[in-house]
Amino acid sequence: MLPLAVEGLTLEVEGRRLIDAIDLALKDISLTVVMGPNGAGKSLLLRLLHGLIAPTAGEIRWGGMAMGPAVRKRQAMVFQRPILLRRSVAANVAFALKLNNDATADRRDELLSLVGLLERKRQPARLLSGGEQQRLALARALATSPEVLFLDEPTASLDPASVLVIENILSQARSAGTKIVFVTHDVGQAKRLAEDIVFLDQGRLAEHASASEFFANPESTAAQAYLEGRIVV
Amino acid sequence: MQDLGQAFNLAIRLVWSGDADLFEIIGLSLRVSLTAMVIACLTGLSIGAALAVARFPGRGAVLVAINALMGLPPVVVGLLVYLHFSRAGPLGWMGLLYTPTAMIVAQTVLITPIIAALSRQVLEDLHNEYAEQFRSLSVPGHVAMGALIWDARYSLLTVALAGFGRAVAEVGAVIIVGGNIDHLTRVMTTAIALETSKGDLSLALALGIVLLAIALTVNALVMMLRTTAGRYAYA
Repeated sequence: MLPLAVEGLTLEVEGRRLIDAIDLALKDISLTVVMGPNGAGKSLLLRLLHGLIAPTAGEIRWGGMAMGPAVRKRQAMVFQRPILLRRSVAANVAFALKLNNDATADRRDELLSLVGLLERKRQPARLLSGGEQQRLALARALATSPEVLFLDEPTASLDPASVLVIENILSQARSAGTKIVFVTHDVGQAKRLAEDIVFLDQGRLAEHASASEFFANPESTAAQAYLEGRIVV
Repeated sequence: MQDLGQAFNLAIRLVWSGDADLFEIIGLSLRVSLTAMVIACLTGLSIGAALAVARFPGRGAVLVAINALMGLPPVVVGLLVYLHFSRAGPLGWMGLLYTPTAMIVAQTVLITPIIAALSRQVLEDLHNEYAEQFRSLSVPGHVAMGALIWDARYSLLTVALAGFGRAVAEVGAVIIVGGNIDHLTRVMTTAIALETSKGDLSLALALGIVLLAIALTVNALVMMLRTTAGRYAYA
């Protein structure tokens, strides 16, 4: 689906400009991390790139195709708070597999095994712990075999062990050729995972650089302050 | 009070003795109301799910109309169905007037808006929770509707129960289209009305107690099911 080309992407809600004329191009990068302070527009940018909300102005093109249902079908998203169906663990994955006409028990179990939930497949999904629910949401997203996987702070408020499991799954997905766009506040996590960083500040693209460049020498003052842990009001 | 005491005794005696007439009336009541409930659920849940998922111009007006139809007076429904099934009516050729089928039709018309309106609310609440995930997964509308109905099934039991309760307790519609014919279209509510008009208050009350017992039993079963489902986080 690459390259991604974003031009003049703008989102206004009730007169407030939440995303401000963002131009962005992603080429052969397999894991992009979106960072920025609270309210910078990270989650909104993800939703716009996935076509969950329509921009007020600007254009998003994936692999030369305008954003639309056909493009969204080749993508998947994991939300910060996993939205699980009121069903068993196995049925949650099976639901996504059916949408992809791939509802075999072997494939379902393979995905559950990947996220370490095979033993719990008969349990109600909503009785899983927070980390397990997020892993299930990830398995369901992967069930659609997405070319692009968006993750909106999937490890926020998870314990280190759960974070590690999710990071390992993402590494495997990346190795399998899935493009990953990941929002995180965790600088350490960004250093571990990112190939490039998109840094937002107040709805604007403050910086887009390779991870090594960004962490070694952030150009924007907002990014410098963020990485130094300074509170910017 | 004396009547009430006698009614309890009579109700127990009638049930205990296996009174054939009583069980015929109970059986017909349940058959008519349960059939109406099943048909109303098939149509009402589909309408409710479609309204929960779809956004179209005039949706607000449709919701107001559906909600208003929840208050349809049974006698008006009975009259409308009567006019359709009477010999001079458009469906008179079917010969259904004063049959249990006509009673099922009347009760179905009466409770379909109730099931549609209440299920719409339940399913819309769930859809608000699922909507972003469904959109992300590009879930087609009909699949979303099916998933919502399945996942809300325990909450929808209460909706179905509300429809059943309304159907089994109403008298106005079934007495007009059924005629309260002994051994043919006599159900509990029409029998109660008849016995009251004859002055046999004990029998009328006894029938009322049996009706109440049926309603309590059905409600208790549904509540048990919902509690179990809630324990497993499915409801």
